[in-house]
Amino acid sequence: MSELPDINKDYKYGFFTEIENDILKKGLNEDVIRMISEKKEEPEWLLEWRLKAYEKWLTMEEPNWAHLNIPKIDYQAISYYAAPKQQAKAKPKSLDELDPELLETFERLGIPLSEQKRISGVAVDAVFDSVSLGTTHKDTLEKAGVVFCSISEAVKTHPELVKQYLGTVVPVADNYFGALNSAVFTDGSFCYIPKGVKCPLDLSTYFRINAEETGQFERTLLIAAEGSFVNYLEGCTAPQRDENQLHAAVVELVALDNAEINYSTVQNWYAGDKDGKGGIYNFVTKRGKCIGKNSKISWTQVEAGSAITWKYPSCILQGDNSVGEFYSVALTHDKMQADTGTKMIHVGKNTKSKIISKGISTDQSSNSYRGQVKILPSATNAWNFSQCDSMLVGSECSANTFPYIEVKNNTAHLEHEASTSRISEDQLFYLQSRGMSTEEAVSLLVNGFCAEVFKQLPLEFSVEAVNLIEMKLENSIG
Amino acid sequence: MLEIKDLKANINDTSVLKGLNLSIKPGEVHAIMGPNGSGKSTLSKILAGHPDYEVTGGEVLFDINFENKNLLDLEADERAKEGIFLAFQYPTEVPGITNLQFLRASFNSVCRHQGVEEMSEEAFEKFAIEKCKIVDMNPDYLYRAVNEGFSGGEKKRNEIVQMAVLNPRLAILDETDSGLDIDSLKIVAEGVNKLKSQDNAILLITHYQRLLDYIQPDHVHVLRDGQIVKSGDKSLALELESKGYDWIQ
Repeated sequence: MSELPDINKDYKYGFFTEIENDILKKGLNEDVIRMISEKKEEPEWLLEWRLKAYEKWLTMEEPNWAHLNIPKIDYQAISYYAAPKQQAKAKPKSLDELDPELLETFERLGIPLSEQKRISGVAVDAVFDSVSLGTTHKDTLEKAGVVFCSISEAVKTHPELVKQYLGTVVPVADNYFGALNSAVFTDGSFCYIPKGVKCPLDLSTYFRINAEETGQFERTLLIAAEGSFVNYLEGCTAPQRDENQLHAAVVELVALDNAEINYSTVQNWYAGDKDGKGGIYNFVTKRGKCIGKNSKISWTQVEAGSAITWKYPSCILQGDNSVGEFYSVALTHDKMQADTGTKMIHVGKNTKSKIISKGISTDQSSNSYRGQVKILPSATNAWNFSQCDSMLVGSECSANTFPYIEVKNNTAHLEHEASTSRISEDQLFYLQSRGMSTEEAVSLLVNGFCAEVFKQLPLEFSVEAVNLIEMKLENSIG
Repeated sequence: MLEIKDLKANINDTSVLKGLNLSIKPGEVHAIMGPNGSGKSTLSKILAGHPDYEVTGGEVLFDINFENKNLLDLEADERAKEGIFLAFQYPTEVPGITNLQFLRASFNSVCRHQGVEEMSEEAFEKFAIEKCKIVDMNPDYLYRAVNEGFSGGEKKRNEIVQMAVLNPRLAILDETDSGLDIDSLKIVAEGVNKLKSQDNAILLITHYQRLLDYIQPDHVHVLRDGQIVKSGDKSLALELESKGYDWIQ
């Protein structure tokens, strides 16, 4: 592992792991897709699926409706596959046999993978560049009948499930970045919770980008069968580099009758330096489908990294009485840009959705909430509550709210609240007069502002989120 | 302990303090009275370090580790850490943060500054519950967001709980009696009396003499047009009450 020159002290995950890589030549064409598929020993149908997506992608254009200034991306200058050599040859049977450099990397990220040190209560799938290194706690999960593995593995071990659900929530040609992902996705997690099972552990995927001039295109598919329950957590970091790197992921969630999925993300990709140089472009399509009646999908995200974030975790509420939730904290600092929010599509009767969004902008950053609530004619007695609050710290940043509401059934009940505030001088003085420094005071006020979202996170994650926000603010205000 | 010398201050280029002098010793209770606009609240905010006021002259010497330091050179939080406390006339609401979190954050920052070990979460909770009793405040309030939805009286009580937790050397009570009914006034005043000691001092800022029935001042000062125009003992307050501020010209 080596320190990058002039490492950014504000981003302790900015280190780079020196490891021998199996890396594809830069560029994107049909051959590259065939090569990825071949490396992963995929069945023919999946290769065709990829090629179809690629064909669609070629006809599509990058979305330009977001409140973002996205520099031109050269898709031929990216390598679409990078994997540590060891993984490429023969995948070790146990995580303990992993290359020590990789074990050390994850330990340094706070995610120990070895048998003795692994975190109890959470099963982790560790994704490094284009491949999954393996998952922890396999035995406990297998006993419960839960399938939790990399998607590449699932294609081999549970092809019927993958084939049945892949692309059903986010169709291949859904959007530009989704289509690109469908064509070139490399790894990600697969999870199946069988009927009636409450997953005995929280499941978690940790995404790490390491190699240079690569993109990470992971794909996650999570299926909760009838009456099952799962908490899923996701974390992400990357080395600090002057070049931008693309991360275009797709996450699909499926909840059948009476199933519940809670999906939480703490996103801390490298955000670039003070002048906006470098950082990850985080262009992600996340969507859940409540197919079954009384099912529930809840998204919680803490977006604190990435140079540019374009992300709208959404819910399609198809089953009657299904529930969709979106809780979000998005913090931008320096020259970061975020355009994030959600879509709640009400299809079934008595469907409910709740949106709580908290945006905090500091320095010269730009932070937008974009959300759509759509009530289809079939959605009798739909209910939505949306609250979008923005907080500005300093005078050079900006915040925007773009709500879209479309109601085609007049029995719907919708409430929308929005606010923009600056930290008031009175509040600041009040806290200071109780002995708190400016940074401590701002951090406490921001925590209070985000409390409603943080409390949705599992405890350990919530502590991590609070610390992350505090650290980012300290660097920004201090 | 505190020596204010010829203090002059402006807000938005308007002169509000015009050469104020005041000396406070440990164990003393001082009351500052005066009509609206005389500069009473200004004085309290300047002592606590409110950034809106511009000090144009004079100094405020405060005894820090047996050395007289000019309080005006310190930031608001540094003053608090050295033992200055302002009970606000209009305490601010802090949504999303419970009273307990807030008190603990304050307490810990003071502890860190003074090199004292911070209390564990559990120990602090007990400590805070104990402090609530001083003003007969239901400990349930510790788990509510700071001042959010509190009545005027509850906010004032909450200020005294904060004072009890932080145990300041100089407590400035800015119109703590305003908006309190007579029962609440008694409870708050009793709370303040319990916190009074030979080592600390209290500066009461008030319009009315009724607070002084419950908290006995050693010295009473009349502030008018940014200056102390008359000082005396408790009888001065009574005299003011009967004759009004116009009596002192």
